[in-house]
Amino acid sequence: MAEYIIETAKGKWEIVVGLEIHCQIISKSKIFSGASTEFGDDPNINVSFVDAGMPGMLPTLNKECVHQAVKTGLGLNAKINKYSEFSRKNYFYADMPTDYQITQFRYPIVGEGEITIDLSDGSTKKIGIERMHIEQDAGKSIHDLSPTKSYIDLNRAGVGLMEIVTKPDFRAPEEAGAFLRKLRSILRYLGTCDGNMDEGSMRCDVNVSVRPYGSDELRSRSEMKNVNSVKFVMQAIENEAKRHIEIYESGGTIEQETRQFDPTTGQSKLMRKKEFAHDYRYFPEPDLPPLILSDEYIDSIRAEMIELPDAKKQRFVETLGLTPYDATVLCENKEHAAFFEKAAAGHDAKKVANWMMSDFFAMLNKKRLDIAQSPVSAENLGNLVELISKEVISGKIAKDVFEIMSETGKSPEKIVEEKGLKQVTDTGAIETIINEVIASNPDNVSAYKNGKTNLAGWFVGQVIKQSQGKANPAIVNKLVREKLDK
Amino acid sequence: MATDTQTVKRTAFLSRLKIEDDKIEATKEEFNKILNWIEELNEINTDDVEPLIAVNNTPLRIREDEVTAGNCREDILKNAPSAEYDYFAVPKVVE
Repeated sequence: MAEYIIETAKGKWEIVVGLEIHCQIISKSKIFSGASTEFGDDPNINVSFVDAGMPGMLPTLNKECVHQAVKTGLGLNAKINKYSEFSRKNYFYADMPTDYQITQFRYPIVGEGEITIDLSDGSTKKIGIERMHIEQDAGKSIHDLSPTKSYIDLNRAGVGLMEIVTKPDFRAPEEAGAFLRKLRSILRYLGTCDGNMDEGSMRCDVNVSVRPYGSDELRSRSEMKNVNSVKFVMQAIENEAKRHIEIYESGGTIEQETRQFDPTTGQSKLMRKKEFAHDYRYFPEPDLPPLILSDEYIDSIRAEMIELPDAKKQRFVETLGLTPYDATVLCENKEHAAFFEKAAAGHDAKKVANWMMSDFFAMLNKKRLDIAQSPVSAENLGNLVELISKEVISGKIAKDVFEIMSETGKSPEKIVEEKGLKQVTDTGAIETIINEVIASNPDNVSAYKNGKTNLAGWFVGQVIKQSQGKANPAIVNKLVREKLDK
Repeated sequence: MATDTQTVKRTAFLSRLKIEDDKIEATKEEFNKILNWIEELNEINTDDVEPLIAVNNTPLRIREDEVTAGNCREDILKNAPSAEYDYFAVPKVVE
């Protein structure tokens, strides 16, 4: 990919960025209690005495959360640690009733891994994963219901989280965006997190620093908390890098600090400086012994792994002849990829991909439908492409047929039959029309013969129009020229 | 190993404990007594000894993913100094 260099009057700079992503684990109950994880219920309904931090209540680890974490680790091509430990991270905040978060510190469940990101110019890049650990989520504070009070809802307190920490491998805002999209895609394929950034089930902290272009130093970074869309993450990086550069170039220094990104302005403001950084005083969680996983257990989860977007993309390119770009778009979403495969079975896959990525997605967008609700079935889309390939209908008529398919859900064959849209390939019938057009336009015929040969296109158009679009364009083209040149 | 008044104040802040100024000196002495006692442990050679995480060597208990608790809002809010609209109500905290 083209390098991302920030050039000022004084020099050239590059950026060094790392991400920390909190992903809510999909499970029925919380990571250390039996309360439901349901989102959007009435306040404080899905709260157990464990979640409320009542004295004497003990956490018990949810089997499914461990399973989901291992699965995710394998999806990140990461090392699964057979030994991991829980720790207490101590801090006081109103939405954290125990005054500590149970998390993993020294020994996380997942170690180093990497994922491949797809960039807009078709190139790819590997991004390193530093680690992934599991922990509990905090409750939610609501600040805008009262001028003097904050309201606390503990429904989210104790929901399982996976915190994924990347290596500082990003050198452009676009790379961070591509990473989040790929991570979300992998999590959704695996069914371990729904990846909805707007609902907060995936939340991103962004660490930004800059350095003179070409140097390998690592300067102080600032961290922006809870940047909650792919677009905002890219914007936050861009603006924060500029802020650093302005400070360096005017002789200042950057100190490690935590900042709050404001989506309405795209700028960030200071939350706290390093000297006020939290002192979390981690220590091993006395209520939970270490988590030990066996090789058999890890292998059994490995055996459950499905084909992930990268492998699927490669297969679509190699065996179905798609371009890397088409394959990337179709594979980002598991349901889209499955629909495509079903539609392309036995038909021209490249053409099916074109139809999906143009008319089909446009139709779903317009109707605001999910692919599962599509009025056009995968089989019918494949059959429509087949009708074009077999020259039963022209590409132009196919657009009309598709329109009717998306209104009625009928099969393309039935529509072609009912509306009599079959392409006319019978040369006799086409010749009859050509003769009529030639007979009724003597002026254009003589103009053609006097050298205005581009009028041939006009004749072709007239003939197809008179056939109500049903005449095969290739045959019309050939016959029109033959007649006019005679 | 001895601690200073600054560390006592910092520790009190982190623990959200209010220690009156005239008690700082006495608290420091108490801290030092504890630290001195702990200091004795440093005399023991712990090379090649794995850190002990827990004294009882029970394996981790793990539960099935089932909803078995919750739906007890009244009980949950009963001890709250203030609750409004089914939420805990606390003095405004905006960082």
